[in-house]
Amino acid sequence: MPYLEEQNGCSTKGDILLVLRHAPHGSSWLREGLDIALVGAAFDRDVSLLFMGEGVLALLSGQQAGALGQKGTHPTLQMLEMYDIDALFVEQRAMERYGLVQEDLILAPQGLEEAGMADLIKHHDLVLTF
Amino acid sequence: MASTEIYRYLVLNNGQSIPVDPEGYLVDRTHWSLDVARILAKEASIQLDEEHWAVIEVVRDFYRQYEMAPAMRPLVKAVGKQLGAEKGRSIHLMRLFPGSPAKVVARIAGLPKPANCL
Repeated sequence: MPYLEEQNGCSTKGDILLVLRHAPHGSSWLREGLDIALVGAAFDRDVSLLFMGEGVLALLSGQQAGALGQKGTHPTLQMLEMYDIDALFVEQRAMERYGLVQEDLILAPQGLEEAGMADLIKHHDLVLTF
Repeated sequence: MASTEIYRYLVLNNGQSIPVDPEGYLVDRTHWSLDVARILAKEASIQLDEEHWAVIEVVRDFYRQYEMAPAMRPLVKAVGKQLGAEKGRSIHLMRLFPGSPAKVVARIAGLPKPANCL
């Protein structure tokens, strides 16, 4: 699907795709998925992130740190660019389900429909779901 | 990762004792001060000059912003952004903080060990 690359220069190809399907705070799934992304980038892999289902809530702006003095995930998301992780995608349908638009989100992920997500998965050697 | 295990104490000139973990990282990063940095640097056989302090400040900024100490790649990028491209090179950081710059500078800057530094 070459049109994706034309849209904003974000390649849909890469070595590792992290599919993030959990909201922050309720569990450590999101944090652990992001940790893997950072490890991949530290090993010079091309890492892409797909925020899917309730995972889109990770990107909701205006979040604070978790209860019990836990660190939030926003600082880690902001840090992704320092690891050159800039291939960020979000499930369009999940955005609609939660009534979200791009302006509600931090970062600037690219929205994908089903076909786009299938294409994204097809073009990564390793797909890890968190 | 940050450790809470107290392994030994650094003793400052004013008699204050600062707990450090088995790898030499501060157990409580709020204990950090310029004197603490000098002692930690001395343990790594590093005499801190202006170049070192500039990098230490970049790394402490990084932590303030992202709540994590940078691994090598983001360290190089952050230093390049803040101090200029000629400083943002691994060779420069290797010279200032020999061995494993990301780990050494995090330790001297009083931050936890970089979590994803492999």
